[in-house]
Amino acid sequence: MSIVTRRSAITGFGIALATPPLAIPALAQSGDVFRIGLILPMTGPFASTGRQIEAAIRAWLRANPAPIAGKRIEILLRDDTGVAPDVTRRLAQELAVRERVQALAGFGLTPLALAAAPIATEAKLPMIVMAAATAIIPSRSPFILRTAFSLPQATAPIAVWAQRAGIRTAVTLVTDFAPGLDAERAFKERFTAAGGSVTAELRTPLRNPDYAPFLQRVRDARPDALFIFVPSGEGAPLMRQFAERGLREAGIRLIGTGDVLDDDILNDIGDSALGAVTSHHYSAAHDSAENRAFLAAYAAQAPGQRPNFMAVGGWDGMHLLAEGLRRTQGNTDGERLVAAMAGQEWISPRGPVRIDAQSRDIVQDIYIRRTERRDGQLWNIEFDRVERVGPMG
Amino acid sequence: MASAITVLLDGVAAGMLLFVLSVGLSVTLGLMNVVNLAHGAFGMLGGYVCVVLLNRLGVPFPLALLAAAAAAAAMGFVLERLLYVHIYGRDHLTQVLFSIGLVFIMGAVADWLMGARTQLIQLPSWLSGRMEFAGIGLGRYRLFLIILCGFVALALHFGLVRTRFGARLRAAVDDGVVARGMGLPVGRIFSITFALGSGLAGLGGALGVEILGLDPNFPLKYMVYFLVVVAVGGANSVAGPFLAALLLGVVDVAGKYWIPEVGAFIIYTAMVVLLLARPQGLLARAK
Repeated sequence: MSIVTRRSAITGFGIALATPPLAIPALAQSGDVFRIGLILPMTGPFASTGRQIEAAIRAWLRANPAPIAGKRIEILLRDDTGVAPDVTRRLAQELAVRERVQALAGFGLTPLALAAAPIATEAKLPMIVMAAATAIIPSRSPFILRTAFSLPQATAPIAVWAQRAGIRTAVTLVTDFAPGLDAERAFKERFTAAGGSVTAELRTPLRNPDYAPFLQRVRDARPDALFIFVPSGEGAPLMRQFAERGLREAGIRLIGTGDVLDDDILNDIGDSALGAVTSHHYSAAHDSAENRAFLAAYAAQAPGQRPNFMAVGGWDGMHLLAEGLRRTQGNTDGERLVAAMAGQEWISPRGPVRIDAQSRDIVQDIYIRRTERRDGQLWNIEFDRVERVGPMG
Repeated sequence: MASAITVLLDGVAAGMLLFVLSVGLSVTLGLMNVVNLAHGAFGMLGGYVCVVLLNRLGVPFPLALLAAAAAAAAMGFVLERLLYVHIYGRDHLTQVLFSIGLVFIMGAVADWLMGARTQLIQLPSWLSGRMEFAGIGLGRYRLFLIILCGFVALALHFGLVRTRFGARLRAAVDDGVVARGMGLPVGRIFSITFALGSGLAGLGGALGVEILGLDPNFPLKYMVYFLVVVAVGGANSVAGPFLAALLLGVVDVAGKYWIPEVGAFIIYTAMVVLLLARPQGLLARAK
């Protein structure tokens, strides 16, 4: 009860701050501006997601200052605090009705994206999901396109890789919430299909103070590997305790999806992350010209910070919208924009990607990475990849 | 068998930490009759002081712990003199509203200064890793927690029972009016006690960064745990909350180990059962 109170208090405050300077009704009517309503958690426990995506979008705008099909792009940023779907919904509605935006973008977490989906449908606005990762999201509105990833997509390759790497038994440890259960299911399906066996499935409460008992259980079960999925900030204490409890010495390998070893916090996790093998669609260490350009643009916008997979979702979302606008020659009709964007293919900083024309979800390469120390910093070094993985794995 | 003992020791370590974090609350509630829901905020302050000193200034861990306790104690002292004195003797609803408001303010300040993300610290090498005795493994940090918090508990107990200050404090609590009549500086005793309790919370917060995590939601996230310890332990001794914290720590950890499916609920079940069996608290005399 108290938590809700605090959150809504902060929300109110955030909106009060965000609204006045951005509400410029005169501009809403002008034909040469393409207005994007960007809804992100800029405060609260998921502020890192919002910060990363916003910085990537500003970096993209800085790197692409020229008008697209005669239109200047304008971003209207709103903070939904990350924990209140009703707020996301209200903000989406305000942006659609009052600010007359021509597209919605952002959406940090699944419940937030789901809350905004009906608004996109009703207002016929393209809705670019840049972060939320539950598989079902694009099916909730014909106007949704996703430039992030989906959990089964990121999870299935690690299960297949584990099997190939000689891992026969695994224990899963996931946080007890929808994405965690998604990951648990996807891993188990693929891993058992490939001939492995999951000997225990552990679920930790969302607000969990201590991983000690769960990890002790894993240690006693002595599997070949422990598969983990936890919200990104939780990864650090889990890795620490994995190392402290001597699970590695007991011959248990740590595998999981890459969000646990997110580039934004990787260095803070420290040496206990070394040697972990994860699967994900983006690592800042990805070696390509596109990624180097992205890193340079991001560094110009946010000096000293490293972009993570959230940032690349934002960057690609902008690219997708701009391409759509080019193809419609500046026509901002929602249905035409969506049609123009679906089926797009391009080389993202993460590698080749495609927006599937039917599902409007992203098809991309998933990389298997090992955490290593290079030049005094920790990086997820990609050493294997599965090409063109669909949203369902 | 060996892993059962490991689980037991993990539970003891968790309980010890819980004790240091909540004993201050049992003092303010039991001794001064103030419902101070902002108690966790002092723990959070200690945690942040420790993080900043360790990560940004490179202060050694033991010194950072001391500084965390000192900062929280100082903050407790100042707030007691400035704010809490006004709510002594007011009804509990006022105290609850006041202190929960304080939690929100301090959470927002922490968010503003340090950001909402979970803070991480790097423990010194002599505290990381794991040791084995006769096949029983235990993390060094957990062992350190058990020893340090054990000392704190002993010091508190003897401080309250054996020292002059302890005697005055007990007198002031038993009957404030008479104590004042006997010339005891009741107000000053309370503020020192309040500062001490806040300082202990700060120490607990700093010790807990590694195990409990630290973010601006810390005071709200663990408020229930603190209240459970005080409710179960009874609010006017050191031994009561100590036993309660140990019991809850062990039950919580063991529950999550043996029956992880319902692990999160076990601590609350234990609380309900204990309160039904001993509504006055574990060790309290029935009134």
